[in-house]
Amino acid sequence: MKKSNNKNVFYDPTLAKRHSKAKVFKGFALGSLVLSLLFLALFLSDMVAKGKSAFMQTYIQVEVTYSEASIKSYRKAIERKYLHLVSRSAIRDIPMNAKKDPSLMGTKQLMWILADDQVDMYMKDQYYKLKDKDLKTLKTLITNNRIEKRFNTIFFTQGDSKIAENSGFASAIIGSIFTLLVTMAVAFPIGVATAVYLEEFANPDSKWSSLIEININNLAAIPSILFGLLGLSIFINLFGIPRSSPLVGGLTLALMTLPIIIVSSRAALRSVPASIRQAGYGLGLTKIQVVRDHVLPLAFPGVMTGSIIGLAQAMGETAPLIIVGMIAFIPDSPTSIMDAATVMPAQIFTWAGMPEKAYIERTAAGILVLLSILISLNAIAVYLRKKFEVKWQ
Amino acid sequence: MESFQPKNKKTLLKETIIEYFLIVAAIISILTTFGILFSILFEAIEFFNLRSFTYFITGSEWSPGTPNSKFGAGAIFAGTFVITFIAIAVSLPIGVFSAIYMSEYATDNIRTTVKPLLEILAGIPTVVYGFFAAITVAPTIVHIADLFGLDASFNSALAAGIVMGIMIIPVISSLSDDVINAVPDSLRKGSLALGMTKAETIKDIVLPSALPGIISATLLAISKALGETMIVVMAAGMNANKFSINPLEDMTTVTVQIVTALTGDFEFNSPDTLSAFALGLILFVVTLVLNIVSVMMIKKFKEKYKMSNL
Repeated sequence: MKKSNNKNVFYDPTLAKRHSKAKVFKGFALGSLVLSLLFLALFLSDMVAKGKSAFMQTYIQVEVTYSEASIKSYRKAIERKYLHLVSRSAIRDIPMNAKKDPSLMGTKQLMWILADDQVDMYMKDQYYKLKDKDLKTLKTLITNNRIEKRFNTIFFTQGDSKIAENSGFASAIIGSIFTLLVTMAVAFPIGVATAVYLEEFANPDSKWSSLIEININNLAAIPSILFGLLGLSIFINLFGIPRSSPLVGGLTLALMTLPIIIVSSRAALRSVPASIRQAGYGLGLTKIQVVRDHVLPLAFPGVMTGSIIGLAQAMGETAPLIIVGMIAFIPDSPTSIMDAATVMPAQIFTWAGMPEKAYIERTAAGILVLLSILISLNAIAVYLRKKFEVKWQ
Repeated sequence: MESFQPKNKKTLLKETIIEYFLIVAAIISILTTFGILFSILFEAIEFFNLRSFTYFITGSEWSPGTPNSKFGAGAIFAGTFVITFIAIAVSLPIGVFSAIYMSEYATDNIRTTVKPLLEILAGIPTVVYGFFAAITVAPTIVHIADLFGLDASFNSALAAGIVMGIMIIPVISSLSDDVINAVPDSLRKGSLALGMTKAETIKDIVLPSALPGIISATLLAISKALGETMIVVMAAGMNANKFSINPLEDMTTVTVQIVTALTGDFEFNSPDTLSAFALGLILFVVTLVLNIVSVMMIKKFKEKYKMSNL
């Protein structure tokens, strides 16, 4: 024992060290938590920084000549020096405009036309590739106020395109809606029915119900890509459902969403007190009547919350959909669940792999759209739970 | 609890039909598991009829689509292992320490705000993480490695591993938080009363008691990392022939090769495509075993502390 001046018999010379160690430990714990929140902040701000520019798009004011020659070859419709500055997709539409409105023929119109992606990148201070000659023309246009940035409507109204400035997210959004409609149409009734069976009908101690239970837990933990393998070999190869269709994608996602819906619905059913059921039986109702008219309506907010969370998860899923072919280049929106379609995350994946730099901001913008939908869905789920959940004594 | 049997024959019939419908619905979840198992198993068996199983497990040359194609997945397994290891090295300390702060130090207010924020990390679609890894993290790593005179690949295992680690932080923190909370308070009070500091109590009393739960969370996280697809497809490499443990080099994983094999232009019944199912079978078996062990460990923990709500 070291000698100390302190008279206190409990005096421990290592105490100061131990206390400082305790402080360091607490600092570590707080640091980790802050670090993980920092990751989240860094990640979100990075996406906003990369994606926000995609919501504006550059337009150029040029003179368009409507003549026989320019209808035959749209490259003659505008002055040669502007040809590399405007979007190929926009001047391709010039002959169509003339067909729609024959009075345009033989006139010259001053029009705002979509700019080429390189011009757009230049205007947004990003990496661009422009020839010196074109850059000079562009600078004169800027001084003459013939260049303008507008809200990017193309992004929300059009489908994918090989021309960066003409590509949009709309067909992916519609593809996602079709796919998720299939998913929910399959997963919701089956999930709720399974939950009702396990909670209200099955004998909880029987081997049969514990088998189902273990199964559902395992299903929730199987890597998502393996569901894609199931979709490929059973839905496509065995049942002959067309590849890339919302039907096959939706069915595959439905199987993944099932465990989420089952688990949350069971929790909701379990929270309905037994007295409700006893009262029903006491009045002479049959079991089905009690479940259908009393237990299920009371558990409904919980069931809905779980289903919305499952829906949000299915919406962000990509891997199994790649396996069933939903990453093909699809410029048009699907019109039925049998058409080839792409979904939001798959479109993000496709754009992320594009070599042109102009797709990067579109990818990030697509991510922002997807994330805002997911966050709203989760907010709705939380709201529903808070508003409608019945608190039992 | 017994209910009345309906006297009306029509109602009785209707109710029996509804009950059978419910049973059928419950069976579908079982069918799905078996569907996955058999669809993978049959195609995998077909693959192993064409190619040797031992070479698949131990061989190191992976050359689909070539004449005399070889399927030795050694380098693929090694790459998967390295990336998973990096992911766990990132997420385990951060996840466990975050859980310690939330359950031992934080006030209820902080806890209720921070926990959902952490859950957001788990809710972000993996394709978004993949983009983040490929566009932001990978170039940063190349840049930093350059400062030290090192040569890093733009598809480095490190970028994919770190971002995957961020993704699975909530898997570890959430479950660890639950188990640390479940450790009885009497243990903490006893330790504090004997004069231990709070940090010593956590380190020597709380964490050892919660260990089975933390291990169980880690196993789940490993299983999640092994099966993760989009991050590695977008940020990790494609070369399935290079053995390396240098995290700055590009590596490939089981899931990347499954996607590559199935999105290529091979015929379905060729070994090139079927190899995806062989890889899928390995992935299925490994993740299944990890999940079962994880569930068993948490069950033991529950029995020890007589818990029922975990």
